[in-house]
Amino acid sequence: MYVYDAFDRTLVAERVAEFRDQVARRLSGELTEEEFKPLRLMNGVYLQLHAYMLRIAIPYGTLSSAQLRKLAYVARKYDRGYGHFTTRQNLQFHWIKLEELPDAMGALAEAGMHGMQTSGNCVRNITTDQWAGVAPDELEDPRTWAELIRQHVTLHPEFSFMPRKFKIAVGASHHDRAALRIHDLGLRLHRNGAGESGFEVMVGGGLGRTPFLAKTIKPFLPKRDVLSYVEAVLRTYNQFGRRDNIYKARIKILVHELGAEAFAKEVEAEWQSIKDGALALDPAAVSEIAGRFVYPDYERLDDGPPELAQARRADARFAAWMGNAVDNHKVPGYAIVTLSLKPEGGTPGDATAAQMDAIADLADRYSFGEVRVGHEQNLTLPHVAQRDLPDLWRALDAIGVATPNVGLVSDIIACPGLDYCSLANARSIPIAQEITRRFSKLDLQRDLGRLHINISGCINACGHHHVGHIGILGVEKNGEEFYQITLGGKADSDAKLGALVGPAVPYAKVADVVEDIAAAYLELRERPDELFIDTVKRIGVEPFRERVYAAR
Amino acid sequence: MPLVENGRIVEDRYVRILDDAPIPDRLPVIVPANRLLADAHELVRRDGSLGVLWPNDRRVAELEPWLGHLALIALVFPKFRDGRAYSQARLLRETYGFRGTLRATGDVLRDQFHFLVRAGFDSFEVKKPADARVFAEVLGRYSVYYQPGADGQAPALRRRLRGGAAPKVRETV
Repeated sequence: MYVYDAFDRTLVAERVAEFRDQVARRLSGELTEEEFKPLRLMNGVYLQLHAYMLRIAIPYGTLSSAQLRKLAYVARKYDRGYGHFTTRQNLQFHWIKLEELPDAMGALAEAGMHGMQTSGNCVRNITTDQWAGVAPDELEDPRTWAELIRQHVTLHPEFSFMPRKFKIAVGASHHDRAALRIHDLGLRLHRNGAGESGFEVMVGGGLGRTPFLAKTIKPFLPKRDVLSYVEAVLRTYNQFGRRDNIYKARIKILVHELGAEAFAKEVEAEWQSIKDGALALDPAAVSEIAGRFVYPDYERLDDGPPELAQARRADARFAAWMGNAVDNHKVPGYAIVTLSLKPEGGTPGDATAAQMDAIADLADRYSFGEVRVGHEQNLTLPHVAQRDLPDLWRALDAIGVATPNVGLVSDIIACPGLDYCSLANARSIPIAQEITRRFSKLDLQRDLGRLHINISGCINACGHHHVGHIGILGVEKNGEEFYQITLGGKADSDAKLGALVGPAVPYAKVADVVEDIAAAYLELRERPDELFIDTVKRIGVEPFRERVYAAR
Repeated sequence: MPLVENGRIVEDRYVRILDDAPIPDRLPVIVPANRLLADAHELVRRDGSLGVLWPNDRRVAELEPWLGHLALIALVFPKFRDGRAYSQARLLRETYGFRGTLRATGDVLRDQFHFLVRAGFDSFEVKKPADARVFAEVLGRYSVYYQPGADGQAPALRRRLRGGAAPKVRETV
């Protein structure tokens, strides 16, 4: 858990005061909507179909129970009693009134939360592995670096009006759980041949209408230089990124048009001139930030306590959940528990105020008061003693967040789509809901194994459809909702963009096609343990096309 | 369009010169970029302060040979959300060591003031008179920054390491 000090709290409070003034000027007509727009966006405020939406940053997905309770409070008082967790570890409220926004932000600020830079053409919320600090396979806690960068780019005097938004992710594990290659800038902590740790720097990834995977422009960057190098990348982008066309304004287009090598050269020259200046990090600065990530006072426990084995034998539902939602922790006797926000027929990523309060209480009792938000739109309790798992499961089951479908076909990632979003061409949520109903039988889901479905309601790709094992993209054709379906995408360390499997299908047929794809996989896989994604990789999309589209 | 310097609304001493217009003697002038590059040798020998209006899509490195002769560089914000001139300002100040006046022109609103000051600007052609009047007040909005800036304020990280007293959280009004 990162502990805010008076500096952080002051800055957030001053930000709320500034926004209060901006809202007052907008309401009085002193600011036009065009002038107000970039200001509200930089505070996470969008104008959507029905109301203003407020997006709240959850830096590196770490929340305290007190913060989660505050989110529940805001959901009740200013929204309609629920919130929506997004694919970028943020939370969105979709029904907030402009006049009440400053008060809602004031309430959040009391718990050290804000919407700063969750939108607008600035550096967005820095994301990282939601298991940071507890994953057995990490080199070190990447959040120290995420926090150093977050602080550096907050209200940055040079990079608050860039050509377009800029998303940074930091990872430090063997398994990439932060989707580094689909970010504008990905930083992967690793060791070089000499045993020193530093960053692999990747730039120019992104989805949207022109998807690209990020290219490595520096295989090894010493840690002390991370801020100056980020600064050099941003400076190069701010000056030379395209501003003539919003669809070509992301850094991925600049990197593509210049070529990764020429881009890297430009950055290198800039970096050389600033690397030994004020941004070079000394160990004291790094340990100051690292020291404010407080780790729980773990008990000395052994893995696999006897009561756990007993509970598994006694209750098949518990055993199924444990096999699905519980992962290894780096401390013996503890576990990482994922809470599924994907119940059958539900809206992916939604949590009610009552659920948030209950989860906050469970976090206090079982997880040292800490909760994580992952890009798959689920929550995590990161520090659960294994002996507590049966009790915790009963409590989670009672509030509807223990569906054992984590990583399975009904654990769908979806954007809000046309139900909320003014950019969308098509609905996402009802498509997700219908698919979860088609695959309601857990035995079938388990047989299908790991299978990620990602749904976006428009080309902006907030649902990351390009990197879904099955990707579904809503488009508009002659006033009707149609959906393009891709197979084989993935966002892990071996990231890949999906390939189109056939012509777009109408709204009413999407779930049928997904069912047919699943059936084709069961037929085409070599062995029961060949994952869907591996089958697609081995044989390509053609055999799927034949089976799914032959009869259509 | 009011001009703000040192926190106050002031008269503009400079005269803007168009591309082919004759240049008056002794008066401080701001010439377009092309004019500067074309007539630089004459212009720098002239009596009177010399300024240049530099577009935001041109590298400031081109100005390097003339920086010692320039009293003012005016950078441009064609739109509030076009922030290229922030990078130009920092490069001029920090990489090329320009010590003259850096003026922000164009779509300059109160919500940019602290960004502009911290990027190195010290002269502001403010679009709305109401914004110009509250310049000093608006600059006081923030007492904490996370990164070093041209205003010389130490970033929060350095203040923490020095064990400096944290500012009091003010009531939001």
